[in-house]
Amino acid sequence: MESMHYESPATVAEAVRLLSDAPPGSARVLAGGTDLLVQMRIGRIDPALIVDVKRIPETRGVAVRDGALVIGASLETMTLRRAPDLEKNFPGLAEAAALIGSDQIQGRASLGGNLCNASPAADTVPALIVLGAQAEIAGPEGTRRVPVAEFVTGPGSTVLGRGEFLVSLHVPLPAPRSADAYLRLIPRTEMDIAVVGSAVSVTLDAGGTCTAARVVLGAVAPTAIEVPEAAAALIGSTLDDAALGRAGQAATAACNPINDMRGTVEYRRKVAAVLTRRAAAKAAERAAGRN
Amino acid sequence: MGRIHVRTRINGEATEFLCDPRQTLLDALRDELQLTGTKEGCTTGDCGACSVTLDGLLVCSCLVLAAETEGHDVGTIEGMAQGETLHPLQQKFLEHAALQCGVCTPGFLVAAKALLDREPDPSEKQVRYALAGNLCRCTGYDKIIRAVLDAAAELRGDTR
Repeated sequence: MESMHYESPATVAEAVRLLSDAPPGSARVLAGGTDLLVQMRIGRIDPALIVDVKRIPETRGVAVRDGALVIGASLETMTLRRAPDLEKNFPGLAEAAALIGSDQIQGRASLGGNLCNASPAADTVPALIVLGAQAEIAGPEGTRRVPVAEFVTGPGSTVLGRGEFLVSLHVPLPAPRSADAYLRLIPRTEMDIAVVGSAVSVTLDAGGTCTAARVVLGAVAPTAIEVPEAAAALIGSTLDDAALGRAGQAATAACNPINDMRGTVEYRRKVAAVLTRRAAAKAAERAAGRN
Repeated sequence: MGRIHVRTRINGEATEFLCDPRQTLLDALRDELQLTGTKEGCTTGDCGACSVTLDGLLVCSCLVLAAETEGHDVGTIEGMAQGETLHPLQQKFLEHAALQCGVCTPGFLVAAKALLDREPDPSEKQVRYALAGNLCRCTGYDKIIRAVLDAAAELRGDTR
């Protein structure tokens, strides 16, 4: 085990400099540490430099700015969930955030960490994608925005290049009569990893017809997957049982899951349909209540 | 790399210590500060035995680097009793026999206090969910849940 340096820069520029100056692959960004410190403990990674980004103000806040809720990438979910603007605007994202781990984990884990850890089963990633969230990344060339839908490129891998780190997440405020929902299945009532997660966002017109929808599944493929066929089944309908059923079938068809101790391929395909139907119905009910 | 000088507050008292960059808050509390009330269980954030508060938020001290606590407030089990007077949660754990081997107990007490600080009148279900991050392999949990509900009632001043 080599010696390790710990740095806690106070500015984005200083963090970028530290990450850029480190030899490739030797530095890791620390937010809540609920994945990073475990990976270090079990010997999977052995970084020479830890850059703790929690002293950087841009990674900490949660506030509405320019038509979006801006969530600091390192903000712990326990604090995020207490923000009045979260549940009011994005009940589905709020329920996804509330599902991660225990209260102890919630005291540290962040949406930014959930995204950068790039687990196929991350709960908040599908919930962010259906909302059209953007990731703000800082790096040696300045800042750039990437849709969360394109951020994760495979299990454990992301679009982050050398010297870059995730600063914040920008979630556009919902249009009128729009709402989201996230449901997941785990084998026990609490403290487990998703067998399937399904996030749905819908927009209704004044007559209750769905005019826009997004459906994203978690834990059924190497990354969260968007299912445009399921969204297409919802759009133009009144979200009646037939439309929900077709969306569910599309979800099943889109799955590319694995067998593991939490569920078989067949089980995951079936549950994807059930959760998608229910999440779509829940989102629709919420949207209808937002006239 | 040399040791890191950390200035923090532990149970309200300004505290300084030296730590290695890799050292967790759990190990610094136990090995540098001799605050051995906080227990080591899984060391991967699953069992809650090492629960402490960081700026009032419940966390696993095994998943916090000691260096991260620079300028922050840490609360441990040692801060719960007032001198010789036990906190009502501690007293109720004794009365309800809510412990056997005792290794998980400090973590349960710290987690239960964090719950009651934000929710003075929790339902049984709320208590069970709030303590889902604390594992006990002896008691079967029921006595712990009853002790927490009883302590909550006492702290609210309910007479039964």
